Amino acid sequence: MSALLEIVGLTKSFGGLAVVEDVSFRLQEGARLALIGPNGAGKTTIFNLLCGVYPVSAGSVMFGGVDITAMPSRRRIGVGLARSFQNIRLMPHLSVTENVMLGQQARASGLRALLSPLRGSRWKTEADERLAAFGLAPYRDRLVSDLPYGIRKKIEIVRAMMAAPRVLLLDEPAAGLNPRETAELQEFLASIAAEGVALLVIEHDMGLVRGLCPHCVVLNFGRKIYDGPTADVQRDEAVLEAYLGPRDSVHAETAHVA
Amino acid sequence: MSGYLNGLLSLLCIDVMFAYGVFLPVMAGQLNLGGAGFQALGGYVAAYLAANYGTPIWMTLPLGSLAGALAGVLISLPLARVRGVYLVLATIAFGQVVTGLILASPTLGGAQGIPVPSFVGLPVILPFTIIVILACFYLCATRLGLAMRAVHDDEAVADLMGVSARAIQVISYAVGGAIVGLSGALYAHQFGFVEAQDFDETLSVYVLLYVLLGGVQTAWGPLVGTACFVLIPEALRNLLPKLSALIAQTLHLPIGDAKIDDSWRLVLLGAFTVAMMIWRPQGIVTRTLIERLAHPFGAARQRRAA
Repeated sequence: MSALLEIVGLTKSFGGLAVVEDVSFRLQEGARLALIGPNGAGKTTIFNLLCGVYPVSAGSVMFGGVDITAMPSRRRIGVGLARSFQNIRLMPHLSVTENVMLGQQARASGLRALLSPLRGSRWKTEADERLAAFGLAPYRDRLVSDLPYGIRKKIEIVRAMMAAPRVLLLDEPAAGLNPRETAELQEFLASIAAEGVALLVIEHDMGLVRGLCPHCVVLNFGRKIYDGPTADVQRDEAVLEAYLGPRDSVHAETAHVA
Repeated sequence: MSGYLNGLLSLLCIDVMFAYGVFLPVMAGQLNLGGAGFQALGGYVAAYLAANYGTPIWMTLPLGSLAGALAGVLISLPLARVRGVYLVLATIAFGQVVTGLILASPTLGGAQGIPVPSFVGLPVILPFTIIVILACFYLCATRLGLAMRAVHDDEAVADLMGVSARAIQVISYAVGGAIVGLSGALYAHQFGFVEAQDFDETLSVYVLLYVLLGGVQTAWGPLVGTACFVLIPEALRNLLPKLSALIAQTLHLPIGDAKIDDSWRLVLLGAFTVAMMIWRPQGIVTRTLIERLAHPFGAARQRRAA
């Protein structure tokens, strides 16, 4: 079975500094994969490469068997690649429903879709139904800048879902949430995954990662150091070293000098 | 209706249209300080055709509008490459280039201007104004309007949502240019004369101020802003000397050289602008205000529930 999303030898350098180096992994249709690693490991950079925010330095991104490495960023959501952001990036001057309707943009092509009023349209109905299904109906006419953090995080994910994506890239969905909100989020994400949407999740909360993603990829200093079952990741030598430092500190010093 | 009131309302209508034409790019995050350039183009196209070829009004108005739209498309292409203060500077430069070219061109009458033979009054201007206002309200309610506001808020995210920020900018300048061009053509016929000095950068600044102080979050802003900033200073023209005389009388102050005449209304306008920037930078009309006016009880209930 060919993978839905496959990245091969992905490399990104900013002026000689390699932030992501030769990273390859695959995500199957409907699968749930976590992308973890210490701060600065290059996780968000990989998301930005997948979305086309930055051009890649080397390597390729295949999506559904098509090479999208050079595809303009605004087209990618149309083929089924939607994302959320590490710092919530909803439109502050738009209402919740309007933000969610923005997520439909990739499906609303043509002059007629652009020039017919949104009020009372099937787009608005669909957005409101989606918000209601995720328990967000009370907020739909509010401006997002007035809403609590946890609600805004959810809205951002709903917005991404409106593009009817095949894979959802989630950048630290649980950051800043309390344990109760995190548990809620896990349920929410599981319900999305149950619809057949593949999830690629950057996350530091290992409880959420274990509960949601059977597989994970670990990055350190831009390189992949682990790719396998989440259950075994905490027993992996290279991963332990990346997070905790090497067991033998003398080794560590010589390693740094070398 | 008195001639004064008629003329005032005609100018108000023209300014309202002008404001909506400037508002559309602003709604998409593009500050436009070259509005007067677009208006000069529309005005001069109408004036030149009417004066030299006797072109009828039903043709000069659309052609003036078309000139504005074309200029909008042409200027939006290089403008898409610049941001922030450089964008503003580029639009100022555009306005300067237009008036500069007019002044340098003997065919366009240079500094002497062009007299316009055919007259258009309020009965024609008002319907056009209403159509422009309704069209802008309609546009704001469509997906195109949503995309424009999204580009205004966060261009990078709008792009990732599938919005072509470039196309949005071109469209907003083209439609905005068409509206400002139309207002220019109407102005030429209403005033009966066009000269380059009428379309200087002060005009661009004023109209952008109307838009920003009116508020850019809803389509009400340009209408309210223009109405306030055209009508209040006009009212002050008579009120201010009377008011100052009254104050002087009650305080037993001598009315000498320091008498406050109507030129002080510009000072008041400036002070008001500064005050607005400090206490209400989002403008007079905001979305929250509209919602509160639309549902005076519903909104309060919703806030309590949350």
